[in-house]
Amino acid sequence: MRSVPQSVVEPASAQPEARRASDAVIAQPRRLMTYRAKEAAWAYLFLTPFFIGLVAFIVGPVVAAFAISFTSWDLLSPPVWIGLDNYREMAADSLFWTALGNTVYFTAVSVPLGLILALGLATLMNNKLPGIDLLRAIYFFPVTASIVAVSLLWAWMYTPNFGIINYMLSQVGLPAPSWLVDPKTAMPSIIIMSVWRGLGFNIVVFLAGLQSIPRDLHEAAQLDGAGEWNRFRKITLPLLTPTIFFATVMGLITSFQVFEQTYIMTQGGPGNATLTIVYDIFQNGFTFLRMGYASAMSFVLFAILFVITVIQVRLQTRWVHYA
Amino acid sequence: MHSAQTQRLTRHALIYLVLIAGAAVMIMPFLWMISTSFKDMGEVRAWPPTWLPQHLDLSNYHDIWQQYPMLLFLWNGFVIASLTTLGTLISCSLAGFALAQLNFPGRSLLFLVVLSTLLLPYQVRMVPIFIEMSKLGWIDSFKPLIVPAFFGSAYGIFLMRQFFLGIPKELKEAAILDGATPFGVFWNIFLPLSKPALTALGIVAFVTSWNDLLAPMIFISTFEKMPIALALSFFKGQGEALWPWLMAASVISMLPLVVAYLAAQRWFIEGMTFTGLKQ
Repeated sequence: MRSVPQSVVEPASAQPEARRASDAVIAQPRRLMTYRAKEAAWAYLFLTPFFIGLVAFIVGPVVAAFAISFTSWDLLSPPVWIGLDNYREMAADSLFWTALGNTVYFTAVSVPLGLILALGLATLMNNKLPGIDLLRAIYFFPVTASIVAVSLLWAWMYTPNFGIINYMLSQVGLPAPSWLVDPKTAMPSIIIMSVWRGLGFNIVVFLAGLQSIPRDLHEAAQLDGAGEWNRFRKITLPLLTPTIFFATVMGLITSFQVFEQTYIMTQGGPGNATLTIVYDIFQNGFTFLRMGYASAMSFVLFAILFVITVIQVRLQTRWVHYA
Repeated sequence: MHSAQTQRLTRHALIYLVLIAGAAVMIMPFLWMISTSFKDMGEVRAWPPTWLPQHLDLSNYHDIWQQYPMLLFLWNGFVIASLTTLGTLISCSLAGFALAQLNFPGRSLLFLVVLSTLLLPYQVRMVPIFIEMSKLGWIDSFKPLIVPAFFGSAYGIFLMRQFFLGIPKELKEAAILDGATPFGVFWNIFLPLSKPALTALGIVAFVTSWNDLLAPMIFISTFEKMPIALALSFFKGQGEALWPWLMAASVISMLPLVVAYLAAQRWFIEGMTFTGLKQ
């Protein structure tokens, strides 16, 4: 699922605690030895399902995907080793570049837009006002809603002729776009819907970050005559950078995997305007049964995500302040 | 009235105004979904659109129920999501307990492995997993969707580990000195204490599975075996979409989770944003 911790520190307590337990049985060093070995054995037993899962569903498949990416394989006949041909084909495949471009477009707009909106709304919610819990629950609701149902709903609202969105725009005298039907507006439509769906998640994350900022910092600055905007810029924003970092990393990873919305709302169209990488992988793998080519593409997706994450972790020292 | 107080009141009024306008944007699409689900095609094509249906007509719901085995789709989704949840809870609480409370060589390294697997998207693994599942003869069954959950998920293990870290180690030590085994400690002491974490994780696992589209798309092909989310994705079809009808189907697919959300929204929110809150 979605999740990357900002900083996970091994508990310093682990070792001293074990030692304390050993103090109690210090008179019997042999029993201690056997207990330690026993505890380790239990730990490995507890972790056995995870070890199996790690090999069968995580590390194994990733290694296999890498190997398959050098083959041509339709599952019906045995795989044929073709070296780098899949990667060469990808480099010349205009559809792949379109998909990559669309995915980057989606990410580059939806992530910053979603973060800024969520930050603004969370800041407003951070005032101790009655009814905030209810508002928070309302904003969070779309996060839990079925992506298929929500995609159908927005496809209906975006309908150019009878859609409620164009009706409301016409009421205030704004032009009525063709939304999903027009290649120019199709991706922005998907972006608006995706930002709407994910907003509550980032709001709750930011709200938690905001609530951890000590109030007396604000009060001290206020006494010194700092205005609201200055306090936001000089106190809130720097102290919130770990949360912003977390939300950015997560947002980039999830938005690079965008698929369901475009699958339901536009089938990648019109004219491939909303074809995304995962859609392209899905089609090659499971519609055209090109397992080798799909694996090669998925590995490129993985490489992109890996590089983006590494860059972000590197860059964080420049702007993220850990208290 | 003091000007400072007036200023405060204006400020709060403005904040409410913005927040309520935003909340309306979040919730109105769902009200529109419900409203549409009661209309007929004639009313849907009307201009200007009617905000409320002209008559409370349940025929869309009735038709769907007649034409498609909706109860079966809901049941399939429920079976898959429940068993996935069960598997996640068992495997993740066991692994999380070991990582938080037991001492063994390689613990820190293993925790790093758990964290790094969080970064591996499903899409990168899905082709080999599909091949694996087809070799096992599990295609077009619930197994590929359920069985992996019994082998742990990085998110769940991380969540449970963080929770178990918060329980004082003295509890474990005292029981061990009294002769309990680590499993006894886990089962009799730590598991009963971890109901909040298990609830949060259970909700996340259930919601994720219930709403999932990609994995069921890959593994399930028989209509009668489809979970509700996948079945719903087939309803749109070609040509002009029957919106009232689709909205009714969407309402049905969302109803079970909406009821659960109304009853326990706090758990949904805490579970689904857990890693953002605690480090």
